[in-house]
Amino acid sequence: MELVAIFISAILINNFVLYYFLGICPFLGVSKKIDSAFSMGLAVTFVMTITAAVSWVINHWILIPHELDYLKIVSFILVIASLVQLVEMFIRKISPPLYQALGIYLPLITTNCAIMGLALLAVLRDYGFAETVIFGFGSGLGFTLAIIIMAGIREQLDLADVPEPLKGAAIGLIVAGIMALAFMGFVGMIK
Amino acid sequence: MSTKTAGQEFIKGLWDENPVFRQLLGLCPTLAVTGAVINGLAMGLATTFVLIFSSLVVSSIKKLIPSQVRIASYIVIIATFVTVADRFLAAFFPPISKSLGPYVPLIVVNCIILGRQEAYSSKNKMGRSLMDALGMSAGFVLALLILSAIREILGAGTFFGYQVMGAWFKPWIIMILPPGAFITLGILLALALQIERRTKSRK
Repeated sequence: MELVAIFISAILINNFVLYYFLGICPFLGVSKKIDSAFSMGLAVTFVMTITAAVSWVINHWILIPHELDYLKIVSFILVIASLVQLVEMFIRKISPPLYQALGIYLPLITTNCAIMGLALLAVLRDYGFAETVIFGFGSGLGFTLAIIIMAGIREQLDLADVPEPLKGAAIGLIVAGIMALAFMGFVGMIK
Repeated sequence: MSTKTAGQEFIKGLWDENPVFRQLLGLCPTLAVTGAVINGLAMGLATTFVLIFSSLVVSSIKKLIPSQVRIASYIVIIATFVTVADRFLAAFFPPISKSLGPYVPLIVVNCIILGRQEAYSSKNKMGRSLMDALGMSAGFVLALLILSAIREILGAGTFFGYQVMGAWFKPWIIMILPPGAFITLGILLALALQIERRTKSRK
C-alpha cells in the first residue's frame, strides 16, 4: 500500500517538473513536438529507474558503512555521468531501434537536474530499496506525462497569436504555471 | 580571448548576458527557492561562492586538464565546492539549509556554473575569470532577489520576514506555491525581452 502511495504521488502530486521544478531545461527545450517529448520522457524514465537503484546501493553499501556521507554529492554525480554513458552503450548494442528513438536525448540527461534531484530526494526521505526504485520509476513517468502534455499544448500554441515578447520561453513558463495549478487538484488524493 | 575591459566583463553579467533573464540558465533553483527572499538570497550566495572558486581553480589549472576529460574534471571541482557550501550551511544556518533541502547539493548540476567554466574560465586568465564569475553571480543573485521579492510580498505580505503590506492585504497564497513561480518568471522574462526590444529599436 505504501509503495502504491509513493508511486502515485510521484506521478501526480509531487510531480518532478511541476512541484519540485527539476528538469525544467528539457521540459522547455524538448517540448516542441509530441514525438520527441515522448522519446525524452522514455529516456528519462529509464535512466531514473536505474539511477534510483544504483544510488541506493552506493549510498547504503559504500558511503554509509564507511562514514563517507560527505562524498555523496561527488559520488552521485560521477555515478550518474558514467551510468548514462553505460546505458547508452548498452542500448546501442541490445536494441538499435530504441537507440535510434532515444538518440541525442540520452547524453543530455547527464546534465538533467531531475536525475541528481531524484537520488538526493530518495536519500533525504530515507527510502528503502524497493521504495527508492518505485519512486524513481514513478517520477520518470510523472516527467513523461508533464512533458507530453506540454508538447501537446505547444503544438496548438504555434497556431495561436501570441504577443511578440511572450513568445518562446515566457509563454512556456506561463503554460507550465497553469498546468501546475491543475496538478494541485490531485493533492487531496493521498492523505 | 575576450577584448573587453575587466569592468565590462563584470557588467555584462548583470544585464546583457544575465544568466536567468537573457540566457535562461539555472531555471530550476530560480523557480524552486524563491518563495521567500531569505531563501533566494542564501541560494544566490551559495551559488556565488561555488562559481567564483570553481572559476578560479579551473582557470588556474586549465593547462593541466586534458581536453577529453575536461567536463568530468570541471564537475569534480564544482562538486567539491558545492560540498563545502552544503556542509557550511548545514553547520551554521541549519534552518536555511533545511528549507533549501536538496537544492543546495543540486548547485552541482546548475548549468550556469558548468557553462561559465566551459565558455570562459577554460580560455581566460584568472583575473578575468574572477570578474566574469563575479558578474554572472551578481546577475543571478539579482534575478533571484527580484523574483523572490515579488513572490514573498504578494504571497505572504512580508519582505525578509517583516510585514510590509497593511492589514487590508489578503496574501495571494498561490504566489508562494509552484504555479506562482512559473507564472511570475514567465511574466518577468517577457518584460525583459520587451525592454531589450525597446532599447534596441531606439539605437
